[in-house]
Amino acid sequence: MELIDLAIHEMKEKLAGREISASELTAAFLNRVARTNDRVNAYVTVCADEAGKAATDADRRIAAGGAGPLTGIPIALKDIFCTRGIRTTCASNILDGFLPPYDATTVRLLKEAGAVLLGKLNMDEFAMGSSNENSAFGPVRNPWNPERVSGGSSGGSAACVAARQAAGALGTDTGGSIRQPAAFCGVVGLKPTYGRVSRYGVIAYASSLDQVGPLGRDVEDCALLLQAVAGHDPCDSTSIDTPVPDYRAALDQKVRGLRIGLPEEYFIDGLDPEIRGAVDKAIETFRALGAEMVPISLPHTSYAVAAYYLIATAEASSNLARYDGVRYGNRIDQGAGLLDMYQQTRAAGFGAEVKRRIMLGTYALSAGYYDAYYLKAQKVRTLVRQDFLNAFEKVDVILTPVAPSAAFGLGEKLDDPLQMYLSDIFTIPINLAGTCGLSVPCGFTGEGLPVGLQLVGRPFGEADILRAGHAFEQATEWHKRKPEI
Amino acid sequence: MLSKYETVIGLEVHVQLTTATKIFCGCATRFGADPNTQTCPVCLGLPGALPVLNGRAVEFAIMAGLATDCRIAPRSIFARKNYFYPDLPKGYQISQFELPVCEHGSLDIFADESGPKKIGITRIHMEEDAGKLLHGETAETAEASFVDLNRACTPLLEIVSEPDLRSADEAVAYLKELHQIVVYLGICDGSMEQGSFRCDANVSVRPRGQKELGTRAELKNINSFRFVKQAIEYEVERQVDLVEDGGKVIQETRLFDAAAGVTRSMRGKEEAHDYRYFPDPDLVPLVISADWIERVRTGMPELPREKVARFVADFDLALYDAEVLAASRAVADYFEACLGHYGNAKACANWVMGEVQRRLNEEGIAINAAPVTPVLLAGLLARIDDQTISGKIAKTVFEEMWKTGSDADAIIAARGLKQVTDTGAIEQIIDEVLAANPAQVEEYRSGKEKVFGFFVGQVMKASRGKANPAAVNELLKKKLAG
Repeated sequence: MELIDLAIHEMKEKLAGREISASELTAAFLNRVARTNDRVNAYVTVCADEAGKAATDADRRIAAGGAGPLTGIPIALKDIFCTRGIRTTCASNILDGFLPPYDATTVRLLKEAGAVLLGKLNMDEFAMGSSNENSAFGPVRNPWNPERVSGGSSGGSAACVAARQAAGALGTDTGGSIRQPAAFCGVVGLKPTYGRVSRYGVIAYASSLDQVGPLGRDVEDCALLLQAVAGHDPCDSTSIDTPVPDYRAALDQKVRGLRIGLPEEYFIDGLDPEIRGAVDKAIETFRALGAEMVPISLPHTSYAVAAYYLIATAEASSNLARYDGVRYGNRIDQGAGLLDMYQQTRAAGFGAEVKRRIMLGTYALSAGYYDAYYLKAQKVRTLVRQDFLNAFEKVDVILTPVAPSAAFGLGEKLDDPLQMYLSDIFTIPINLAGTCGLSVPCGFTGEGLPVGLQLVGRPFGEADILRAGHAFEQATEWHKRKPEI
Repeated sequence: MLSKYETVIGLEVHVQLTTATKIFCGCATRFGADPNTQTCPVCLGLPGALPVLNGRAVEFAIMAGLATDCRIAPRSIFARKNYFYPDLPKGYQISQFELPVCEHGSLDIFADESGPKKIGITRIHMEEDAGKLLHGETAETAEASFVDLNRACTPLLEIVSEPDLRSADEAVAYLKELHQIVVYLGICDGSMEQGSFRCDANVSVRPRGQKELGTRAELKNINSFRFVKQAIEYEVERQVDLVEDGGKVIQETRLFDAAAGVTRSMRGKEEAHDYRYFPDPDLVPLVISADWIERVRTGMPELPREKVARFVADFDLALYDAEVLAASRAVADYFEACLGHYGNAKACANWVMGEVQRRLNEEGIAINAAPVTPVLLAGLLARIDDQTISGKIAKTVFEEMWKTGSDADAIIAARGLKQVTDTGAIEQIIDEVLAANPAQVEEYRSGKEKVFGFFVGQVMKASRGKANPAAVNELLKKKLAG
């Protein structure tokens, strides 16, 4: 087995047993990136020098017996995390030249855990997209089929892990941006409960929805990554101050007697039969493991996408106001005054989808429309959340498909933004409700494209969904398949 | 013509809080640092930065609310006020909109002799300040503007009054009262020139008796109490003239031009803003418990009006004296500190308001920097009371105390200033003076009573000022009477 094929938990063992070195590991991945990135386009920035140094330090630490939870493990980050001194673009032209003077809290935590940062990953610009085609650096190609999208907005993160270009990655999920690309790329992706992981230093898209989460080869790797970054951050007023459980330990619990809810609104007639087939088989697997299936209803599901696209865009229209060319990034100054500078800079710097959402969000907040749109959407959100809380009184975990289809073709949905928005119908409600969701591979289509299964937990119930995901994984082989790239 | 109309004024005051650090980050708020040296990712509005609320700023807001009898909201919300300007790094200001921290208070003002008038306070809310723009001053930089974000994110309280004010004088009285309160509470340094206490005035007129309010204009850029009066009076006249001529007052912002003494429309320079307020999703609702309010209340300093009342009741001071002493917390504290070592409040008040204040004015220093401390002053006053020195000599001693910082006893001893009270000695001096001035004695005895002062002067001169004046008066009278 090649070094790059090892899961993080396997790497840790081998590093501890001195079978491999951190430097070897990092070199192997950097080599892999150099050989494959042109075909995948997952990396925007490769930090070869920094990674090499960090790997050397890691080896020293390991030799001295002071290894941390992720010492020597090569990780890559969605280019939405501020990394001190390393360019951070959010896949946008408007941040051209921006070098953050500080590290995001989660970046600092990864470094403290000993991780080696390989580089920054491609994404949909400002996390707005479901296909990673809205990037100033070109689309990410699905490692399973280069004519297909990777999914988005953490497309680079999912593709990178699938293509063995890093041991694991961090992404962000606002409406499904970790879970959907994880499903499209056949890797595991977790969106934690809102407030579980710090957002400080994570470039904001929709402040009340954004969450940082891990992507990895298997559930255990995701548990390890989550453990390293979860917890209260005094720099983030929305981060929760409650204890972080031992996620690794939770994996070992069995699922016999676990009550799994199947929401009728997610198993609609129009669902792609191949997706339906894979998910149905997964349900059978859970039954065989002793879990109990419970039919439930989440009655406000059909309103979720509309509510999301009002709330998220409204918050984004405000969050992106700071990109004005005054202090950092790109500036276009033709000497025609302040207003002209603002207009030229933002017109040239933002891509089409970003502009679309800024305008939509501005409208939803504007005088005369606020009540009908933004305020109403927030009320709908309360109802969506209540649906989940009610369901969790009867079940421990909710099982759904991740996406209505497998990875679609590059360019296929670019002409119809609304069609694109609908790729997130199964993931968005979880963000609105503020709770946690896990995407695990559960099959392939006839064309060889991965299909994902979503496990939704109650707020701060990450341990439950990790345990269920791990049990499922152990009973299947889907996570062991890798693309030929 | 002016009396046909009633003036209606509402005031919005922005108070810059003297917390050590900014409202949403840990940067210092100290004034006068080099540009952009008191900044961090949060107040610079860097991508990814998030606000964290400064609890001390909340306590200052609670104090302001308690001092103005407001209802302190158990739950209030921060909201984003969105607009683009280079001194606003995030492209929005974090403020409070629908649910402010304080509401429904009032302030009593004393604009004239008719007694207190209650002015309603609609709300007090917390918000962050913007940075400063500096415009190029050299030939090379004349076309450029520079952004200094040191001030960005400094905590502000916006205090909004009901439109209860009816004249420029009332407006000034309100501002002075509010100004005194925030300085007294220690939450603001009150410097209007430095921009710590900023006032905008909403002014409208209506025919007397009309219930509906007229259209108002908002006056900005007023940075002294004198200019407040000027600006309002000009604006009222402008509006009345306009209406009398058949015109309509337009709702707009007008800048006060201090040099010309007029208000000018900003129309055309500024479009109507839709601020698209919404609750800031980066901050959680501010919850203020009854316990917290109580803790702040017990820790609050005594307010000016309370202090005046106490000075009158406990020290039997005249209202005027009490008000003068209480006008500044530092002066009031000095006065009370002195009384900690000395018993006569009236005498102490006279000296503080008199000699001490005179020297402070001459040197342009604050009372905290006075070389004569409350204890030293108490020592001096005690020596007047026990007749060691006269009131006149005391002034000389005071001067020396001020210069050297020595105490009264040391100076009296060193310069031999002890008052002469020995009647025998005084009589002797009087005899000598009378003997040396027979012509004046004649004048006095023939009815010219004014000459008495001459003799007093001579006796004091001969005794080098040390003779006890009361004794001199008594003995001189006796001797002149024959």
